[in-house]
Amino acid sequence: MEANTRGTGRLPAAFLTPGSSSFMDFLSEHQPEMLPGNRQLPPTQGVIEAPHGTTIVAVTFPGGVVLAGDRRATMGNIIAQRDIEKVFPADEYSAVGIAGTAGLAVEMVKLFQLELEHFEKVEGAQLSLEGKANRLSTMIRSNLGMAMQGLAVVPLFAGYDLDREKGRIFSYDVTGGRSEEHNFAATGSGSIFARGAMKKLFRDDLSEEQATTLVVQALYDAADDDSATGGPDVARRIYPIITVITEDGFRRLTEGESSEVARAVLQRRLEEPDGPKAALL
Amino acid sequence: MSTPFYVSPQQAMADRAEYARKGIARGRSLVVMQYADGIVFVGENPSRALHKFSEIYDRIGFAAAGKYNEYENLRIGGVRYADLRGYTYDRDDVTARGLANVYAQTLGTIFSSAAEKPYEVELVVAEVGETPEGDQIYRLPHDGSIVDEHGSVAVGGNAEQISSFLDQRHRDGMSLAEALKLAVQALSRDTNGSEREIPAERLEVAVLDRTRPQKRKFKRIVGRRLSRLLAADGAATEAESAEEDGSEEE
Repeated sequence: MEANTRGTGRLPAAFLTPGSSSFMDFLSEHQPEMLPGNRQLPPTQGVIEAPHGTTIVAVTFPGGVVLAGDRRATMGNIIAQRDIEKVFPADEYSAVGIAGTAGLAVEMVKLFQLELEHFEKVEGAQLSLEGKANRLSTMIRSNLGMAMQGLAVVPLFAGYDLDREKGRIFSYDVTGGRSEEHNFAATGSGSIFARGAMKKLFRDDLSEEQATTLVVQALYDAADDDSATGGPDVARRIYPIITVITEDGFRRLTEGESSEVARAVLQRRLEEPDGPKAALL
Repeated sequence: MSTPFYVSPQQAMADRAEYARKGIARGRSLVVMQYADGIVFVGENPSRALHKFSEIYDRIGFAAAGKYNEYENLRIGGVRYADLRGYTYDRDDVTARGLANVYAQTLGTIFSSAAEKPYEVELVVAEVGETPEGDQIYRLPHDGSIVDEHGSVAVGGNAEQISSFLDQRHRDGMSLAEALKLAVQALSRDTNGSEREIPAERLEVAVLDRTRPQKRKFKRIVGRRLSRLLAADGAATEAESAEEDGSEEE
């Protein structure tokens, strides 16, 4: 399956053919069967049971963007995994969080990371944030066949735009439709509840610390009302994954930092289960 | 049309080798050298955009002397090979040894195939290890042979002279500034023994730095940091470069 097994051990012609800077384009010409979108699906009846990732939230603040996710994967009414990771760095200045079929989503992220890195190495320059967001769109579109069979992947893409000097969020639908979100966004089964929480808590002048607290509040509310979303698991010490992207690049909060935020939120919820109250007018 | 002459295989190969060597000699030489925290690439290159050194994969760097379009082609082939291999198996399964073998096969096949003109390139593939003992440097001449190098290596037209100069002076555990200055000193010596000045703007410098927290260890050294490393000497350099490294990790 690699270069060596074809021909004499010399790099096959496809490797030395000048062409696109895209790894996916190269793969689709050289070994199209390696691309997830080209996989032949056997005819199936009903929905395929596979672990699903649930809630991802993102919020911008002056100077950057925060992207966070809960840790639960479910299969039907079963908790398939308690400590799944659904938020990944895409490259130095962007991150992607995934909801939907976990196996496919993780594979898509791996290919997306590679796509960005490959471009950077070949061209010696990074793609624009817009370019990265469009590339992800193409990848989701190529998964449409599987999405129709219930294996959808719905990511949330966030990054720091070095040209515009601000954090930006992009959300997607199963067909690859891309839309830029302002201020905050959520995807996955708990997203409606998370979005409600963020709508009430969001302000234009959040600090980075406040933004990380906000996403944990939103994830708590999502877990509160959606059985597929996991809340902070204090007993097992499993806390949300929180990532921050600023001018300085991507940073994932350490377990200590995210547990501190999660515990603070949890502590307050013991007194006020419904969380911070907004003024009526 | 005249009848083709008989040319002995020895003669044919010797001609091809001479052709390739002459092509390589037209370009400037470059140096790849181990230092305490990794591997440094130094070369004279007036262009800011057309690089001689580049990243292939996490721990693997590439350097080339000779004809730009040919080594650029090989470089992209290498990036594709590494990315595909990492995607198929795992990132840890991409090694400099594997890449060097593929390059050797490729160059060798091209060199000995009568239908193709030999590539006028000489490559270096280097991988930085967890420790200096784990560092690997492979030199790949135009004919597809492969040489496992230690300490320092020079490729290009003036390579032999530079190599012997470096062999006498390179030692293990040099600081980045020391290694860089030694490399520049070696590159500044002309074939007739006289020295000339290479200004910092004409230098292309990159490192594979094992102390970088990121998975990808390749980094270009440009601008102020480069001139600082070249200017400072002795103990002051050590302190400054340490400070510089610290501030980068913030």
